[in-house]
Amino acid sequence: MTKNSSFFTSGMKLADLIHLDYKLLLLLPRFGLNLGFRDQTAEECCARVGVSSQLFIMICNIYAFENYSPRKEEIDQTEIDQLLAYLRHSHSYYLDDRIQRIQDQLKIMSANSDLAHQKILNRFFEEYKNEVINHFEYEEKTVFPYIQSIGVGKKATGYEIEIFEQNHSNIDDKLSDLKNIFIKYWPADSSQKERTAILFNIFSLEEDLRKHTFIEDKVLIPLVQKLEQNYGK
Amino acid sequence: MVSRKHYRIVLIEPSAIITAGIQELIKGERELEVVAVFADCCHSTEHINDLRPDLIILNPLIVDFKYRHCVEDLFLGNVPLVALVYQYVEPETLRHYRAVIDIEDERAKIVRKLLQVMETVTPRQDVPEGNELSEREKEILVSVAKGMINKEIAEQHHISIHTVISHRKNISRKTGIKSVAGLTVFAILNNLLDINDVE
Repeated sequence: MTKNSSFFTSGMKLADLIHLDYKLLLLLPRFGLNLGFRDQTAEECCARVGVSSQLFIMICNIYAFENYSPRKEEIDQTEIDQLLAYLRHSHSYYLDDRIQRIQDQLKIMSANSDLAHQKILNRFFEEYKNEVINHFEYEEKTVFPYIQSIGVGKKATGYEIEIFEQNHSNIDDKLSDLKNIFIKYWPADSSQKERTAILFNIFSLEEDLRKHTFIEDKVLIPLVQKLEQNYGK
Repeated sequence: MVSRKHYRIVLIEPSAIITAGIQELIKGERELEVVAVFADCCHSTEHINDLRPDLIILNPLIVDFKYRHCVEDLFLGNVPLVALVYQYVEPETLRHYRAVIDIEDERAKIVRKLLQVMETVTPRQDVPEGNELSEREKEILVSVAKGMINKEIAEQHHISIHTVISHRKNISRKTGIKSVAGLTVFAILNNLLDINDVE
């Protein structure tokens, strides 16, 4: 037993990991991992899809353990391209899967509601979605290309990760507002079941985005800062 | 008549000698209690509002000139204001105060003035407590929901930007809703605003 035995390691069976924390199921599509992994270890599963098992396990630990914080060696080992690919996949996963599902559910839930309520809810969620799109687009079009350029030893001028660090805005206000709207203010009509399902999805998305931000702040930024130092700012 | 016979007073005055003096004078009165003393008001209104005082004794001259004509808006819940005066103060400024205490007033007169003010005040129960929005907050909320910026809201309601921000903080705290878009939904759901006003 190593001193870190309470956290996951890549030698563990992937099936066991899921049994220990079912939330990890939500990570699989972002790594291109499909269910049906028999008794293969996390490392074997990752190898089959060309994913760094070190990165996969680190992210599993971030998702599963509140008290887990990646050690310096773990951050240093992380391959920047793999991390960026994961973050990009996460972005499209959030937009196309999680957020889209909530939007679909909202339409069904409010179908019999007052027309004004439907309209304003729809508008609210569109605004939220656009905010998320803008946030992700900025990262993918400005921040990630910059990181890739310093990753290959080219220092693009005029940008530093510090700028990103300072402008890493939060996009969670509206989600939190939406929770209160459904918990406290939306009329107590007959759509209770649908609303409960939506709330579960919002809470889950919120937690997921919190972990996503954690990865960007605690892994991505330190990693890039190290690269910036290596190539002499 | 007011049934509750205990009034929480906030004293705002920069002079230590005068604040100590006022506190000493009031000490013997069971109905009156100075709960906090501040040297200025513009930087601590939020803190003062959190204390939910029944009465504020304030030196009108320490209020920034641009707020003097709307000093009551600095504080939430229609708290009655009593001016504490020891220099010349324009009558126009004093109109915003329920009573004026002069530095030369004797003790009994000061206490009487304070109690008189409290007797004319509608009991605090009329002011919505807890998470219920006050009428003023509802008005501000509607302006926010319509997409107005703080400066526009301040002009429309004749209050300072500082007060607008303070109201907005309270609205968000009470409703649990932070974003403008979220507040718009709230306003529509509560019939404070018509959908056509935001389209």
